[in-house]
Amino acid sequence: MKALSGKGAVQPGRPRPQLDSDRRRRSVTTPEGIALGFTVASRASRAGALMIDLALIFTLMLVITLLLAYLLFGVIGLPQSRLEQSGGAGKSALQFLGVLWIIAMFLVRNAYFMWFELRPRGATPGKRLAGIRVAARPNSGGGVGQLTADAVIARNLLRDIELFLPVMFYAQASAEGGDMGAATIAGLAWVTTFLAIPLINRDHLRAGDIVAGSWVVEAPRAQLSALLVSGETAREGRSTVTGARFSFSEAELGAYGEYELQVLERVLRDDRDENLAEVARTICAKIGWEPGEGDDRAFLTAYYTQLRARLEQGMRFGQRKADKFAGKT
Amino acid sequence: MNAPLTSLADTVGGWFARTPEPVLAVEQAALRSDRFRLEREADWKRLEAIVSRMEAGRLSRISDEDLLALPVLYRTVASSLSIARETSLDAGTLAYLEGLTQRAWFLVYGPRVGLGGWLRRFFGGGWGRAVRGMGLDLAIALAVMVAGAIVGWLLVASDPGWYSALVPGDGSDPRVPGASRAALRATLYGSQGDDGLGLFAAALFNNNAQVSILAFALGFAFAVPSLLLLVHNMGGLGAMLWLFHGAGLLPDFAAWLMVHGTTELLAILLAGAAGVHIGRSMAFPGELAVLDAAAQAGRRGAQVMVGVVLMLIVAALLEGFARQLIDDALARAAIGLFMLVFWIGYLFAWRPGTPNRNSAPE
Repeated sequence: MKALSGKGAVQPGRPRPQLDSDRRRRSVTTPEGIALGFTVASRASRAGALMIDLALIFTLMLVITLLLAYLLFGVIGLPQSRLEQSGGAGKSALQFLGVLWIIAMFLVRNAYFMWFELRPRGATPGKRLAGIRVAARPNSGGGVGQLTADAVIARNLLRDIELFLPVMFYAQASAEGGDMGAATIAGLAWVTTFLAIPLINRDHLRAGDIVAGSWVVEAPRAQLSALLVSGETAREGRSTVTGARFSFSEAELGAYGEYELQVLERVLRDDRDENLAEVARTICAKIGWEPGEGDDRAFLTAYYTQLRARLEQGMRFGQRKADKFAGKT
Repeated sequence: MNAPLTSLADTVGGWFARTPEPVLAVEQAALRSDRFRLEREADWKRLEAIVSRMEAGRLSRISDEDLLALPVLYRTVASSLSIARETSLDAGTLAYLEGLTQRAWFLVYGPRVGLGGWLRRFFGGGWGRAVRGMGLDLAIALAVMVAGAIVGWLLVASDPGWYSALVPGDGSDPRVPGASRAALRATLYGSQGDDGLGLFAAALFNNNAQVSILAFALGFAFAVPSLLLLVHNMGGLGAMLWLFHGAGLLPDFAAWLMVHGTTELLAILLAGAAGVHIGRSMAFPGELAVLDAAAQAGRRGAQVMVGVVLMLIVAALLEGFARQLIDDALARAAIGLFMLVFWIGYLFAWRPGTPNRNSAPE
């Protein structure tokens, strides 16, 4: 597991900010020999997903409990007095629903995570909303296997001690009239210990992930965006508004590299007039052009097309230019 | 005629059937890398459609043709990604290809067996294999359990004051030191008239399952808490054995316990051994990296734990029904022994042929 390096690599001493999402990138080699870039899910999104899931579990438990209570008192219409008699029909109904309730609670608490994480998306509803999923962690050799049912079961059994155990102890202490202050401190210490595990390792693994050989990564969700430049006008660098034709010399195109090209791509895709004008002014100043009052978008599209053509041609010959600083020193 | 209505209909229609965006003609592209993209875009879109349907779990809506095309399309897109990384600077296309390759990879290399297939493999020998894979840990857990019972017995024998510490009671339990033989005997026999057996069984299962999950999960802390939990539970048992021995009821108590005890104690033994297995593999990973060793042990332990939960369901049914309904020591002992022979035969003696290729990597 080495950090993905490539066109986004930051050279020492360069004043380019390194994003948090870049630090969380990991490269994994598939059996076909393709390096896939995974982004380890941030701790914040995992905490958010857990909150949503816990809220859902709690709601589910509440709904089941209310439903069973409604069945008992609403549908069957059991009068309170019948419950007091021993061995009556009322007692049997109560017992049956009691068994149902215990089994339902056990299943909700233990099967909720397993059921959803074994589905093709590998994510509970909370994880889906947070845009993350569970996947098999690559072993230390860098190869990666499949997420097995065993792994999902193991990571969720561990959840019991991480989350539910302190709650159980706390409930027990409160039910038996134990020392609540001590129970609170012990519970907090317990939770803090297990919370600390994802904080101190690089891949944000919690105890369950360590034991199961899994990790939580961001689920890829990219849409294929439309082609940025197409058609005759773009190819020739002509503005449809003013009719002006933009053509840049080698030196003018040499001012920027791949990093700036992709910033420009984002600006063009966002398509906001004030940004376009600002960027157009900056580029004009850099390459020594007089900023015109005409069609900023056409100017930038033409510059983008010709810069990309030049850089991609360089790539085909094995010469890459990471950013505007490259090749100057 | 009425344009707003038509556009509304188009909008609503668009929600249900996403019309494919018109793919530009290859000649329209201004750049070589864009031509590369336009030539292959149809394949990418097709893979995306298949992957989206599979992710939504609608397998029945995928034709056999598409299913067969999945691995081929995956390789096509993966190779497109490799080429695009070397020839294209279009960040949008690169991000899309990377995301699509990942999504397809999750499916192509995802779990190949469904829950049904997994269960068939599990009962068809996978469970026994996982249990037998932890031989030394079973021995350690067994030794600790026996030691715990002996320690419990010896502690109470030396000072009956220990009894209340080892066997938590609620005050109304007649099973305390000094209780009469008749009172103790009454706790073993004559509960046929009780109702509420189902509720009793469910509550027993719930409690035992949580305790054994705990014994497994605590193995994470290098197995020490798992062992302590085993000692604690067995200490209570040893104390009760001493109590009934003092009243001359030891064989009756043993039979009473054996009905479900052979299943339940075996399940607790397996859960404890699974915990020890994890703790031991993390403390002594051998040739593997610590994280890899933990992952391997955890996956094997998880299989054992599914079996433990099933065994505890059986134990709860035996405890809740069989023990209460059968009032004869000999019959109780026979049931308990039969279950013991069954489990040992199923888990240790029965060894079906070598697993097929699709079995979980060990």
